[in-house]
Amino acid sequence: MTNDLDIFVGNTTLIDEDVYRLWLDGFSVSDAVTLRLRSGILEQTGATVDVLQSDTMDHYRTFHMLERLLHTPSKLIHQLHFQIPPSRQAMLIERYYAFDESFVREVLGKKLSKGTKKDLDDISTKTNITLKSCRRQFDNFKRVFKVVEEMRGSLVENIQQHFLLSDRLARYYAAIVFFANSRFETGKKKLQFLTFEDFAYCAEQMIENWTLGAVDSNVDDMDVDLDKEFLQELKELKVLIADKDLLDVHKSLVCTSLRGKISVYNEMEANFKNLSRALVNIASKLTHNKDVRDFFIDLVEKFIEPCKSDKWTLNDVRLFLTQYMTSAHTVDAFRHQALWDRYMNTIKSCLLKMYHD
Amino acid sequence: MPGKLKVKIVAGRHLPVMDRASDLTDAFVEVKFGNTTFKTDVYPKSLNPQWNSEWFKFEVDDEDLQDEPLQITVLDHDTYSANDAIGKVYIDIDPLLYSEAATVISGWFPIYDTIHGIRGEINVVVKVDLFNDLNRFRQSSCGVKFFCTTSIPKCYRAVVIHGFVEELVVNEDPEYQWIDRIRTPRASNEARQRLISLMSGELQRKIGLKVLEMRGNAVVGYLQCFDLEGESGLVVRAIGTACTLDKISNTAFLPACNSPSKEMKEIPFNEDPNPNTHSSGPSTPLKNQTYSFSPSKSYSRQSSSSDTDLSLTPKTASSPQGPRIFLFPSSPTLSCGSPHLNKSCLLFPGPSLNPLHSSHVSPVVLRKSVSFTEELLLAASGMGSGSAGKEGGPFKALLRQQTQTALEQREFPFFTLTAFPPGFLVHVGGVVSARSVKLLDRIHNPDEPETRDAWWAEIRQEIKSHAKALGCHAVVGYSESTSICEEVCILSASGTAAVLNPRFLQDGTMEGCLEQRLSWQPGFFSIGSEKGEVDFFPQNQDSSSLLGTEETSPLGCGFCHIPYDELNMPFPAHLTYCYNCRKQKVPDVLFTTIDLPTEAMVIGKGCLIQARLCRLKKKAQAEANATSISNLLPFMEYEVHTQLMNKLKLKGMNALFGLRIQITVGENMLMGLASATGVYLTALPTPGGIQIAGKTPNDGTYEQHISHMQKKINDTIAKNKELYDINPPEIPEEIIGSPFPEPRQRSRLLRSQSESSDEVMELDLSHGKKDAFVLEIDDTDAMEDVHSLLTDVPPPPGFYSCNTEIMPGINNWTSDIQMFTSVRVSRLSNINLTNQTLNKNFNDLCENLLKSLYFKLRSMIPCCLCHVNFTVALPEDEVIQVTVTAVAITFDKNQALQTSKVPAAEKTLQRASTDNEEQLQFPLELCSDPLVSQPFSPAKAASLDKASPLAEGHLRHRSIPSCTNSSVSVVKMTPLSFIPRAKITKYLGIINMFFIRETTSLREEGGVSGFLHAFIAEVFAMVRAHVAALGGNAVVSYIMKQCVFMENPNKNQAQCLINVSGDAVIVVRESELEMVPVQPSAPVSQPTSAGGDVTT
Repeated sequence: MTNDLDIFVGNTTLIDEDVYRLWLDGFSVSDAVTLRLRSGILEQTGATVDVLQSDTMDHYRTFHMLERLLHTPSKLIHQLHFQIPPSRQAMLIERYYAFDESFVREVLGKKLSKGTKKDLDDISTKTNITLKSCRRQFDNFKRVFKVVEEMRGSLVENIQQHFLLSDRLARYYAAIVFFANSRFETGKKKLQFLTFEDFAYCAEQMIENWTLGAVDSNVDDMDVDLDKEFLQELKELKVLIADKDLLDVHKSLVCTSLRGKISVYNEMEANFKNLSRALVNIASKLTHNKDVRDFFIDLVEKFIEPCKSDKWTLNDVRLFLTQYMTSAHTVDAFRHQALWDRYMNTIKSCLLKMYHD
Repeated sequence: MPGKLKVKIVAGRHLPVMDRASDLTDAFVEVKFGNTTFKTDVYPKSLNPQWNSEWFKFEVDDEDLQDEPLQITVLDHDTYSANDAIGKVYIDIDPLLYSEAATVISGWFPIYDTIHGIRGEINVVVKVDLFNDLNRFRQSSCGVKFFCTTSIPKCYRAVVIHGFVEELVVNEDPEYQWIDRIRTPRASNEARQRLISLMSGELQRKIGLKVLEMRGNAVVGYLQCFDLEGESGLVVRAIGTACTLDKISNTAFLPACNSPSKEMKEIPFNEDPNPNTHSSGPSTPLKNQTYSFSPSKSYSRQSSSSDTDLSLTPKTASSPQGPRIFLFPSSPTLSCGSPHLNKSCLLFPGPSLNPLHSSHVSPVVLRKSVSFTEELLLAASGMGSGSAGKEGGPFKALLRQQTQTALEQREFPFFTLTAFPPGFLVHVGGVVSARSVKLLDRIHNPDEPETRDAWWAEIRQEIKSHAKALGCHAVVGYSESTSICEEVCILSASGTAAVLNPRFLQDGTMEGCLEQRLSWQPGFFSIGSEKGEVDFFPQNQDSSSLLGTEETSPLGCGFCHIPYDELNMPFPAHLTYCYNCRKQKVPDVLFTTIDLPTEAMVIGKGCLIQARLCRLKKKAQAEANATSISNLLPFMEYEVHTQLMNKLKLKGMNALFGLRIQITVGENMLMGLASATGVYLTALPTPGGIQIAGKTPNDGTYEQHISHMQKKINDTIAKNKELYDINPPEIPEEIIGSPFPEPRQRSRLLRSQSESSDEVMELDLSHGKKDAFVLEIDDTDAMEDVHSLLTDVPPPPGFYSCNTEIMPGINNWTSDIQMFTSVRVSRLSNINLTNQTLNKNFNDLCENLLKSLYFKLRSMIPCCLCHVNFTVALPEDEVIQVTVTAVAITFDKNQALQTSKVPAAEKTLQRASTDNEEQLQFPLELCSDPLVSQPFSPAKAASLDKASPLAEGHLRHRSIPSCTNSSVSVVKMTPLSFIPRAKITKYLGIINMFFIRETTSLREEGGVSGFLHAFIAEVFAMVRAHVAALGGNAVVSYIMKQCVFMENPNKNQAQCLINVSGDAVIVVRESELEMVPVQPSAPVSQPTSAGGDVTT
């Protein structure tokens, strides 16, 4: 005797969070049953494998039907088809849009195109995340990107409104959209030590300070694209390294204030010019898309790695960057104070976040 | 008398993309009622159109208002080709036709297409203006209220219970008309949906007319069913109980003369709180209490009989509204003769005692008819004060005659109610059922469905005579059903034979008027332990003992007492003295189709008991088929009964409530499924155990095996007793004074076969004359039976189940409920089926289904599955479909052991404590789920709007956060007549919906499971949407009456028909209610305030 049809429909849609997780992780029904068996659920409930199988199938069917709605979460909230308490709806959405760290690190900054989608097979093998789950995560990125790409207003808030995500997750998506739009390179070997969280933080800083939205909240793509004018202006900062006097004054100001405070004073003093050149060069090159993409690599190669090799502590870096930034204000011949702050505040935050002890 | 129907189409949302090129839709709406159609403008290029139409006005007859559904069609405009239909919404406007229900229908309805399912939603507002004054209004059947609930609805009281109403209409099934060959499946489905909608409207209107004829204003326990007879047509039939209901409101304390009952002649009645006057003196409640009922005397009773008053306590006197019921026979013309009638009954008390064997023959239409009475309950009327002796005989006969006279004047003294106010039900006789096998042929003239009418009349007649044989004059908990396979149809009817309170019935007859009157306090209609209930009983009991009539026992055992003369029993029965009052006789087991009466004294908890049975049958045609089915039926009934009895004993219980036996016919088999709730009634004797006896006593190993089995059975009984808390106090035999030292089981199946002769075949269910209940293992069959007994696994810890409204022993429900429907279709794999393997398969199917439910609902533990309703269908050869609908309710474990009659003070405490818990839960939820409140908070949305002055350009985006707060309103659904921890404040009307869903891409929709899963979810959604549009927040007495599923996997097709019904209501949570000050006099003798409607 076989069951052709076996369904359970509750007036309030029954959602098992554990099964939902398995479904999101892309396991097939039979794999999910095996995993549930391993969790010892049968011993706890006295059920049989058949029951577990039927229950899992049932949940999978429900999730499959819900998936269509999850693509536009506002539909899930308003639809009449499934009666789901608001807290559960929020859970469904939040989990559906959640992603794996290892996956997001693979695609962060890549173009969310069909080409990348084809590479999901490799990513799946590499990260040990099922292809199904990879696809869901990739499609989520792409879907969010498409919806908010051309939209006015705050990126985070747009995402939150359209996808009803928690603040934290909305910020992460903002970072993903921002990175995908500017195509920042994050996959190079040298960048592997950085977590998604690091990048998300940097993205947030950059969105806050370097995009159009930072100065004007009434433009298209305000949070997605970097402020072109600002990038142009950054060339002006070159004076800090091009003018030898300025460079020396700057150096002496920094050294004076850091003497005795920083543990790597000698190294700092020796390296000051290199470091300053690196930071200012990064700024001046940002008008080229190629260099924008290499922004993080440059930060690592030109600043983080030299400091690391000299065994700077995070505190040393903080002291240095703070002094480096503020001292520029006291350099009389330097006139781009506002520009300098807009640039350096973000750079400092990013570097500090990226500098792992 | 015309009315004006007004419809406004507001907006649509989430429409499907109809134009692939633009990914958008140019939608417009057609609004159709009767033959009139209006259209909205086309709202171009949007999936969220805002039509905001004018009011479309239809001027129509009220007959049309009742019959026709409002039909709303959403279409996609296409300039070059025909407009594509997106989907439809049918709105039943009946709830707008009576003043107390909904006043407006307004809300979002899912747009439904029979091929694609739900495709977006549409916002509609519907109003009705009736151009008539109340009087004229009452002349039509428009004002009649319908309730699916099988008890008096919570915020009403019954002024009169008139009795049984039935009607059926037939038509050709559009699916089988010639035109179906050339039209699309969609057109065919829609024709069918529309037809059935029309037919239900017509049926309801016709029933309404009957009710008005009886001077009622409502139908309670309304059950409407469809018989899809295929080629021969489509039958829609309904039964119900006509009542005159009076809304309990704050003015309930006013005299009842403003109730509709004043239209009836007996105005003095209304002032009289005590109808109970046949005994004029303060005589002792002993035996030969003369039963004086001279008409003149009784007429003057209102002033004279103060000593017999049940309600002349000061408090009740001050509230003379005297909640009362008039039983109003359907044939009022007999009124003039009734005093004589009474007399004649006195003179000839006999005839009702032996009608059991008089089988009726229906000569022409009926090809074959088999019918049964199961006297599962043996009962004789207990005389007052323990004098069940000879003196009692005539007196009882007299009483019975009296009440019978009253009820006999109606054609069918049936009540579809399953729960009654205390005191209404005097004795319960047992289950009566009748079945009849018919061959269907085409209904030639749809306007005169005489054949079908005659079939049912026949069955009802049989039920009536069975009830008489049990010494009962009425049938309660009555229901009818059919099972159809090809051209064979089994009609079934069943109910519980009962004696209704003669005190309530007699005075009407004596007065030469046919109004019988029942009086009780209206607050007691409610199920569950309302305050004041306990207080009521002493009164009742006082009066009864004073009167010396048969009366509800103070111990709540009255209904168990046998309703007929012990010395004149229609069948051999085994009786003992009641274990509660020790005065009157009770049977040792009691089977009924009703809910457990609230006054019943129960030990421990109840449990769901099922008997399952399959019988193979040869494939045959027409009459041969009908004959073989008829021949099988008695054996099935017998076996089902035996199984129930065995399982009941195995549980250590002695009574079944809510018994429902379903016999399903298929091509090559018959299925029997009986479900009931077993309980241990204190009034009935402790059930004996089950003895196993072998046929070959000399075989040593065999003996060993037998004793092993016996041990297993005994262990199971002991385990069950522990599980269900059944620990009755040991009562020494002497105290009981029973002349029968041992409880014995005997019951008997009486069968009348109308076709061949009047010969009566009797089946003795008592298994010979053995002392205990003995199972003989003489062959493998019997072995299987014993095994199957033991294979029923008890539910996992924390779970209980029942198929009745209330679960005895559990009364502290929380508001956490989950209604569900589960469907399984199983294909029997092996071709060479035997009865045994079939039985086993079926048993496994049901057991696994239950196990699966327990697993799914494990998060609700401790929890009880209530109103578990199984239905079996045999859609094809070797395919069994089982559908279960039930509600799971979580209860509070800590208070689980309290008895059902909690003192009022304690109860409020209990309530308060749970309220606290609820309050605690709320913040907890908040912190565990911070995402809920944050992203959707209105403050945030507002600030957003402020922050970005570009709102205009992006209005569509902006509008979303503003409405995220107004999320879809929650609608609870339950098959019960109440929502735990909440109070029904208003009934908004009946929900009766019929849907068809078809697919030609079965695999793409996830196979049969995916298809049906989605469809049932859609049905729920549409029911919820309709309820919400009526302004309601819950559906009670929800039932899925039909779920017909057909598939053709080869063609990648499937079709399903679902019919659901229920009562749309507004409920208010108890905790919210308590804000409102309660009447100070609540606990004593004013149960109206407890049961009443405090909020309105």
